[in-house]
Amino acid sequence: MIENVDMSLVDWSRAQFALTAIYHWIFVPLTLGLSFLVAMMETVYVRTGREEWKRMTRFWMTLFGINFAIGVATGIILEFEFGTNWSNYSWFVGDIFGAPLAIEGILAFFLESTFVAVMFFGWNKVSKKFHLASSWLVAIGANLSALWILVANAWMQNPVGMVFNPDTARNEMVDFWAVLFNPVAVDKFLHTIFSGFLLASVFVMGVSAWFLLKKREEWMAKRSILIASIFGLFSSLMVALTGDSSAKTLAVVQPVKFAAFEAHYTGGRNAGLTVIGLLKDSDRNIGEKKEKDFVFSIKIPNMLSIMTGGDKDVYVPGIRELVTGGNNEQNILSVEKKMENGRIALQVLNDYKNAKKANNKEQIESVRNIFRDKSFIDNYFRYFGYAFLRSPEDAIPNVPIAFYSFHLMVMLGFFFIAVCAISIFLLLRGTLQKSRWFLWIVLLSIPLAYIASESGWILAEMGRQPWIIQDLMPVSQAVSHLSVGSVMTTFILFAVLFTALLIAEVSIMIRQIKIGPKHQEE
Amino acid sequence: MRLFSPIASRVFRFYYDGFRDMSQWGRKVWIIILVKLFIIFIILKIFFFRDFLNKKYENDAQRSEYVLNQITNSNYTDD
Repeated sequence: MIENVDMSLVDWSRAQFALTAIYHWIFVPLTLGLSFLVAMMETVYVRTGREEWKRMTRFWMTLFGINFAIGVATGIILEFEFGTNWSNYSWFVGDIFGAPLAIEGILAFFLESTFVAVMFFGWNKVSKKFHLASSWLVAIGANLSALWILVANAWMQNPVGMVFNPDTARNEMVDFWAVLFNPVAVDKFLHTIFSGFLLASVFVMGVSAWFLLKKREEWMAKRSILIASIFGLFSSLMVALTGDSSAKTLAVVQPVKFAAFEAHYTGGRNAGLTVIGLLKDSDRNIGEKKEKDFVFSIKIPNMLSIMTGGDKDVYVPGIRELVTGGNNEQNILSVEKKMENGRIALQVLNDYKNAKKANNKEQIESVRNIFRDKSFIDNYFRYFGYAFLRSPEDAIPNVPIAFYSFHLMVMLGFFFIAVCAISIFLLLRGTLQKSRWFLWIVLLSIPLAYIASESGWILAEMGRQPWIIQDLMPVSQAVSHLSVGSVMTTFILFAVLFTALLIAEVSIMIRQIKIGPKHQEE
Repeated sequence: MRLFSPIASRVFRFYYDGFRDMSQWGRKVWIIILVKLFIIFIILKIFFFRDFLNKKYENDAQRSEYVLNQITNSNYTDD
């Protein structure tokens, strides 16, 4: 990495952002999924007119409201951090980040704020159908808000639809639709919202399981589990499907991340998919970095090749080939070559800077033309970030973190498919209430759903390292030159603030759950 | 204006009644929301999270120049 950046500043800034994002993400997925579950329950109420369904809807709406209220605005802090701690990055991304976030802000304000008020204040004041429409609009609005955030994040994983303007040192959006329909954005949006639906389903199932274990509110608990387990089973299957599609996209646009989360060091055909494994340091190195070997692993033969390209004979490059370059048949550009190309792009930008200082208009225009040239953009500027790597192995993310977070997420995903399916089976057989062992499993699954959800984000963000914007900007170039002390101070402030919010949420929620739906009419 | 007033009045009444008749948990979370917004927008934004480039430079040209210097700052160039 470049030597004039204090890595402890980078590390503290990263830790601060990670802490804020992880806490923020505790609140978001439950809002995404519970809003739909509440809308479904209310739909049954409106169709049947039965008061039990209204009580049930209002109970879950209360828990939704607590989560929504505690979580609201926690994401704003991330935007503050962009401007304060990541100013180079914020400037460099220009309107590409600004536009989706502005749309998100407007949507969140008008759709959610207006209709959330109708949801909570509107019982007995607006018609049943208008209230129901508001509940659905809150659910749709919350998920549409997530779309714009995820579009912005997807651009960091796969920057498309922009050109770099050397005059302003910013990227400018030239194709909004390319940014919106970025393949990473489509996969990420679907994968994320379905994982939110799954988490909310597990939450509803877990809380309902607690009622059944306590032999309270059995009518509501059984129906809640039925709706949540059907919604959860559908969502978990969609999570698996979109995860598969996401992995296929990553294999193309972020192949090092893809290889890292499988700890796939040596490329080849008939590549197997690791189901479970334990890593250790290998005797082999890539540059100064040690490779990893498996202490043990269970693999499905050929599956990685099949999942990547639909055929067991598809070649899947390993981390080694992606860094050192493949043979002619594989046509993989080595990181060293990308570093060379990136430095050429950097040199052109430096020439531009010097021409501006010297007010050399002819050279300024000449360099501007280079930046408009497609061949320069595709072959040199797209590797701009590689100019700042010290050695090729710097392009490798932390493999154990990527590997374990990915496999934990996947294993828990399959566990939830089983939990939802067994739950439906036991409900249909009429033995759910007697299966106390299973009710305990469902209850204890609530924290596991959060662990799976957070693991997905850890994989997405840690797997992208060393980049803040894939191939264009390393994290070390993005950071603001602040004092380490000030970043540490805000880190501690956030840790205290978010922990207090989390404690408040959990305690208010537990209290409301213990009260149950009886007093929801108050 | 005549047409607007009854609608505005109904909207006001809707929110007024909503807040007035709010449940106990609703009051609690509103207190939390207000304290949180105060901390985020008053304490954090003003004292800890001023925009780095806006604070340091007066206009976009200066900001561009600063960032251009930052992103071309590498040991591998002739500069």
